[in-house]
Amino acid sequence: MQTLQHLFGANGAYIIWNLICTLVIIVPLTIFVAYVTFAERKILGYMHARLGANRVGPKGLLQPFADLFKFVFKELLSPYKINKGIFYVAPLIILICALLVWAVIPFNPNLVFAKINASLLYVVAISSLGVYGIILAGWSGNSKYSFLGGVRATAQMISYELAMGFALVGVLMVSGSLNLGEIVAGQASGLMRGSILSWNWIPLFPLFLVYLISGVAETNRAPFDVCEGESEIVAGFFVEYSGTSFALFMLAEYVNMITISVMTSLMFLGGWLSPVPSSWGILGRESFVWLLLKVCLLLFGFIWYRATFPRYRYDQIMRLGWKVFIPVTLIWIFVLGAWIVSPLSLWK
Amino acid sequence: MLTNVLFYLFAAILIFSAIRVITAKNPVHAVLFLVLAFVTSSCLWLILNVEFLALSLILIYVGAVMVLFLFVVMMLDIDVETLRKSFWQHLPLAIVLGLVVLVEMVFVLIAKPITLPHTVASFPSDISNSNQIGLLMYLNYSYPVELASVILLLALVVAVALTLRQTNKNSKYQNIAKQVAVDSSTRVTLVKMATETNPEVTISNKEGETK
Repeated sequence: MQTLQHLFGANGAYIIWNLICTLVIIVPLTIFVAYVTFAERKILGYMHARLGANRVGPKGLLQPFADLFKFVFKELLSPYKINKGIFYVAPLIILICALLVWAVIPFNPNLVFAKINASLLYVVAISSLGVYGIILAGWSGNSKYSFLGGVRATAQMISYELAMGFALVGVLMVSGSLNLGEIVAGQASGLMRGSILSWNWIPLFPLFLVYLISGVAETNRAPFDVCEGESEIVAGFFVEYSGTSFALFMLAEYVNMITISVMTSLMFLGGWLSPVPSSWGILGRESFVWLLLKVCLLLFGFIWYRATFPRYRYDQIMRLGWKVFIPVTLIWIFVLGAWIVSPLSLWK
Repeated sequence: MLTNVLFYLFAAILIFSAIRVITAKNPVHAVLFLVLAFVTSSCLWLILNVEFLALSLILIYVGAVMVLFLFVVMMLDIDVETLRKSFWQHLPLAIVLGLVVLVEMVFVLIAKPITLPHTVASFPSDISNSNQIGLLMYLNYSYPVELASVILLLALVVAVALTLRQTNKNSKYQNIAKQVAVDSSTRVTLVKMATETNPEVTISNKEGETK
C-alpha cells in the first residue's frame, strides 16, 4: 500500500489497491467455480454409476478449462430482430450482480473487502438486482420460449426472495446486527458458548430449512429449474445465447450457488467457527478452512438434490413458496420474538 | 475530492436517465432508465452515509416494484405509432397540468425556503443507522408506522379481492394439497402372480421365416 502511495499519490493508490483486492477475491472465486462445475460432473457421474469427465488432463482435472476454451471459440450468434444492446448486456448484468455481492462477504473475522454496517442488507439488495439480467435476457431474444423462461424465472425468484428475507429476519432478531461478521461472532456466544449447538441452525431450524430450500429455488437449480425446463421450453431464458455470453450465464449461476452456500454457512452454520471445542488445539481454532469446508458441504448438497429429485411442477413451486414457506417463517418469527423476551432466551 | 467527483457523476447520470424516462420511444427502455434513476439516487444516498435507506431503496423499488413494472410493460402490446399520433392531441392538457404543478412547487419553495444545515451533510459512518431508524420508528413514530401498515394491509386485501374469481359448481380446479398428499398405494397396485410360461412361442424374423 505504501509503495503504491509513493508511485501514484494517495487517490491513485487507493483506487489501484482496491482493484488489486477485487482481483484477489474474483480470480480464486472463478477458479473455484470452474472446479465446482467439474465436481458436479464427476459427482453426478458417480451417482449415475458412470465415470464422468476423465479425458482432459490427469483424471480429467483440466476439463473445466477445455469447456471454457470451447465456449470462447464458438461463434457469438445474433438471432433475427433482437434488441441488440439489451441482448448483450443482460448476461453481464447477471454476472456483475453475482460478483458484487462478494465485496462484503467476510472470510474470517478480519479479512473482508468492505466492512460496512448493513452488509447483510447489501447482499440481499444486490442479489435482488440479478433478476433483471434474467428477465431482459428472456425478453430481448425475441423468442417465445426464452420469454416464457424469463417470466417463469422472475416470478419464482421474486416469490422465494420473500421467504429468504423472512428467514433472514429471524437471524437478525437473534444477532441484533446487520453485519455478517457480527452475526458470526454472535453465534460464538450465548448459553451454549461456542460449541456447534450455539450456532443458529438449531434454535432457528425451520428458518434454516426454509433458507436452504429457497436458496436452491433462488438459483434456479434442480428440482426448481422450471425456467430452463428443457422438456417444455427448450432451455428457458438463455435459449438464444451462444458462445461466451452463454458461458457468462453458467458462471453467474455457479457464483450464485457459492454465494448462497457462503451465506447459509455464515448465518446458520457459524461461518469460520470450529465445530470442535477449542481445547483440541489447531482443530479448535476458528479459521477460513472451516468456512470452506461448510461451503463445500452445502455445494455437495446442491449437486445431490439435482441427482435425486424430479423437477417440480410450476404451480407447486409457487404454492410451496407462498403457502408453505412464508407462513412457516412468519410463525417462527413470532415464536422467536416471544422466546427472546422470555426468561428462556438463549441469546443474553 | 473523490466524493465530489462521484457526486457530480451520479447527479449527471440521474438527470440524464430521468429525462430519458420520458423521452425514450420504447416503453421497456423507459422502465430501464427509471431503474437506472433509482440506482443512481441510492448511490447518492450512499455518499451521505445513509446506507440503510439507500439499500432499502434498491431492495424495494428496484428489486421488487420495478421488476413487476417491467413485467407489465413487456406483456402489454403497446403500439408506439398510435401513441405518437395522439401526442399533439393531448399536448394542451399536459401543458396546463405541468404548469399547475410547476406553480405549486414554486409557491411551496418560496413560502418556506429549504435550508440544509451544513452539519448533517454527512453522517459519521461508524453509527449503524439501521439501529437509529429502528429506534425512531418504533419509539417516537410508532403510531404513524402502525397506521401506514394498516393502510398497506388494506390495499393488499383489496388487491386480492379484485383478482379473486368466484368458483361455481361447474368450474374446474385442482386441489393441490390432495395431489401432494398422494402416495404410491393410491396410484399403483402391485399384484403377485405366478410366472406364465407358453411353450409354443413363435418368433418371426425380418424375412418372414418362422422358427
